[in-house]
Amino acid sequence: MADIDLARSSVRDLNAALHRLGMDTNETRWRVRNPRGQHSVAVGLEAPVTVEIDGHVGYYCAGMNKDATVIVNGNAGQGVAENMMSGKVWVKGDASQAAGATGCGGLLVIDGNASARCGISMKGIDIVVKGDVGHLSAFMAQAGNLVVLGDAGEALGDSIYEARLFVRGKAHGLGADCVEKPMEDRHKAELRRLLDAAGLGREVDAGQFRRYGSARRLYHFHIDHAGSY
Amino acid sequence: MCGIAGLFLKDRALESDLGALLAGMLAPLSDRGPDSTGFAVYGEGAAGTLKLTLRGPPTLDANVLLKCLAEAAGGPVVHRRHDTHLVVTIPAERAAVVREALRGFSEVALVGAGRRMELFKEVGRPDDVSRRFGLARMSGTHAIGHTRMATESAVTTDGAHPFTTGDDQCLVHNGSLSNHNAVRRELIREGLSFETENDSEVAAGFITAQLRGGRSLEQAMEASLTALDGFYTFVIGTEQGFGVLRDPIACKPAVMAETERWVAFGTEYRALVDLPGIDDARVWEPAPARVYRWELQ
Repeated sequence: MADIDLARSSVRDLNAALHRLGMDTNETRWRVRNPRGQHSVAVGLEAPVTVEIDGHVGYYCAGMNKDATVIVNGNAGQGVAENMMSGKVWVKGDASQAAGATGCGGLLVIDGNASARCGISMKGIDIVVKGDVGHLSAFMAQAGNLVVLGDAGEALGDSIYEARLFVRGKAHGLGADCVEKPMEDRHKAELRRLLDAAGLGREVDAGQFRRYGSARRLYHFHIDHAGSY
Repeated sequence: MCGIAGLFLKDRALESDLGALLAGMLAPLSDRGPDSTGFAVYGEGAAGTLKLTLRGPPTLDANVLLKCLAEAAGGPVVHRRHDTHLVVTIPAERAAVVREALRGFSEVALVGAGRRMELFKEVGRPDDVSRRFGLARMSGTHAIGHTRMATESAVTTDGAHPFTTGDDQCLVHNGSLSNHNAVRRELIREGLSFETENDSEVAAGFITAQLRGGRSLEQAMEASLTALDGFYTFVIGTEQGFGVLRDPIACKPAVMAETERWVAFGTEYRALVDLPGIDDARVWEPAPARVYRWELQ
């Protein structure tokens, strides 16, 4: 296993080493120590390797991730896994604002809470938060799934497009054009798949969640509103 | 951008390390604010005395100033020089006379006043400014500091944080206020005066006006949620401790950490990494529009 101490080498050197890896590399296990809140740790990975980071990271950790698995044994700052394409990012502590922002694919799991704007403008990523999410989560969310085991802050799903939101706790207010929708069997099956992928067993019952999504009243021009412009 | 660091000690054994710990918190925040740096340190303060932190040009003859202040204070004044700043201790009951005497020195600015608060600020990066003032040798119960990336007013020493508008009170701000001109006009009508055109000074003045009106720090901070419009994370220092408030949208980042020995605030976690016992600290992001405060018991 490759072992990188960020007290001795720079984030830039770490990322360059990870970017040099070929798709068929044998160096598939990496451990990173002493991140000390530094930004942009393990960004832009393309090789199918596992990077485990011991400690709290700063902004944009695992951004643009593709195929790699990045595990943070601590908290993550703003924009963890932003614009992720595929692979898996697992934060074992809390995540700050804009976790999974604009993510196109892959799975982001947050064991603790995520603060404001979790999944903002998500475009296909799946996000599972085992705690709460802050206000304006899934703002303008276009595709993918946001699963929240705890509560969601104010204005959940504001101006949402076609992403699906599943909340087990209380949603403290829905944003514009976001409405509760019926949980059909196909939604429960999809949610079960996501819970399993996040390592959650049958003690978390898909039937306990409410589903929210777009009322589709906002993103088409409506002739009755013509006078408003 | 801008960076904020705040440290409140619960363990008195750490008091002699306060300045060194704050200097260590401010240095990594220079990426967020390289224009100017300032800090307020709440150290020793004897009953019946008032500390004035003054700033003058390098050419200032401190002996002439001190002689004049001694006459106004009714006896020799204890003083300490920190680079461009001079901390003088006077009998509290002579404060008005001494302030009047200071008017005779147009090149000398009164940076801050308080029984315990000393306030230092200058243009420059945090590691440089901390070193020039000797922050690492300062002690006390709590301190707050700021590294500024200027947006709303010029890069000057007067535009550096913390801002103070009342004895032992100061405020640092990350963000920008949009209604500061209107609030400033109201506060001037209520009798406050302002030294700059800066938006953050208005926030400091608003808190001062609330406290003068008899409100608690908590009530004053809650009132600012409706009165002040814009983006902000505030850390507010008083003689007894400090408070933290983020705007309801939570535009600006904030991290807090707490152990048995201290409570710390940092704009980023990087500011906290050298605090003793950080690996076992409870680390969390303060919620928007919620008042957090720690005060001496």
